[in-house]
Amino acid sequence: MSKTYHLTAPLSDEDTIQLKAGDIVYLSGIIYTARDTAHKKLIDLMDEGKELPFDVKGSVIYFVGPTPPKPGDPIGSAGPTTSYRMDSYSPRLINEMGQKGMIGKGKRNQEVIDACVKSKAIYFGATGGAGALLARQIKSAEVIAYPELGPEAIRRLEVVDFPLTVVNDTYGDDLYKIGRAKYEIAD
Amino acid sequence: MREIKYEDIVKAVKDHIIYSGTNLPKDALAALNKAYDEEESPVCKEVLKQLLENADIASSEARPLCQDTGLAVFFVKVGEDLKVVGGTLKDAINEGTAKGYEEGYFRASTCVWNTRENLKDKIGYNLPAIVHFDLVAGDGLEIEYAAKGGGSENVSRATVLPPAAGRDGIISFVKEVISNAGPNPCPPIIVGVGIGGTFENAAISSKHALFRTVGTTNKDAVLNDMEGELMTKINNLGIGAMGMGGRETALAVHIEANPCHIASLPVSVNVQCHSSRHTSFKL
Repeated sequence: MSKTYHLTAPLSDEDTIQLKAGDIVYLSGIIYTARDTAHKKLIDLMDEGKELPFDVKGSVIYFVGPTPPKPGDPIGSAGPTTSYRMDSYSPRLINEMGQKGMIGKGKRNQEVIDACVKSKAIYFGATGGAGALLARQIKSAEVIAYPELGPEAIRRLEVVDFPLTVVNDTYGDDLYKIGRAKYEIAD
Repeated sequence: MREIKYEDIVKAVKDHIIYSGTNLPKDALAALNKAYDEEESPVCKEVLKQLLENADIASSEARPLCQDTGLAVFFVKVGEDLKVVGGTLKDAINEGTAKGYEEGYFRASTCVWNTRENLKDKIGYNLPAIVHFDLVAGDGLEIEYAAKGGGSENVSRATVLPPAAGRDGIISFVKEVISNAGPNPCPPIIVGVGIGGTFENAAISSKHALFRTVGTTNKDAVLNDMEGELMTKINNLGIGAMGMGGRETALAVHIEANPCHIASLPVSVNVQCHSSRHTSFKL
């Protein structure tokens, strides 16, 4: 039976190891946005031995490219993008820099699932296509790096009770496989 | 010969884009409600509830339903006796697209294929639009529009089967594409299938199939039967809303078929996410 948790980012090992695939998490605190290009830039900085634009240790990175904010709003619609495009980058951020959480949608590869086990990180799923609903849980947004990337810039977000489901936990379980097996009917 | 003003086309395109990016069309909303009512899986039911709430918020606050406001795709039927005054029809559609996306606070998502540089300052906001023209008799102008997101486009596939593969070969290809896609295209999805024609005909037909109103019956009995069989097979995959495991994976399967070469059986599968933002209008 799935459990419900209220957690605050940045996350610790204590936070992540209690979670199981299928659990519901309402996340508050500070998280960061990054998509493909921003991830590549972070990895390039690591290769060059330079400092990253935010403290990755314990961080939760949200894979999102929001719409422009309407006047007076902190952010536009902001649902998750498909995560596999970050598969080649996430393991290094998790294993070498201590990233603890990823928010996106869709399958991850085995390297990401292994990194979640090895370094006690979580892959959370948010509801794709619920961009207007999810934006309500984002209280502030500030571009902290790569403004030239527009929607793909790195943003620091303050979120309150951001609704998430644990997809990949620290034990190697995958909700996409477990859930599907439960409801699959053979021809 | 009927005349139509360039500016009138620009305005109509712009208005329809803004409306349909913030208001889920009735057919998609009804299908989501039905999926919510019928879903047995608690996790997926919660996802569907969020999607219905999201549609409410987007509509009442005029916000984009999804941050992926898509590429603008048009199917346009132009009467041979229609004259656009003040510019070309294609320019009018592009200008309406740029204005609609920018003024609606939608995302500009077009980029250069290799450098990935955004095209908004180079060509125009979210331009170019993808426009398919069809020249028809009369002086009418009929425009079908959809905002096509990237996540569902990325799992779409086309192939050319040997004719011997036939109906069953098509069904197993479509099922395999959706099975491999799993959670990635934001299910519950609408599955567009294009059969026959040449390679590109099949792909364009599979796109156009997504514009059909969800809940309508295929007039072709053979295709209608295939749609029913595919719906069952796809929903039996157990993928469910956002791939979390459930019964409601497809909201609809729509098939369009064309005559083809004696040597080939082209098949294309184009997937549409649950945020099926489409509309049509006549000018």
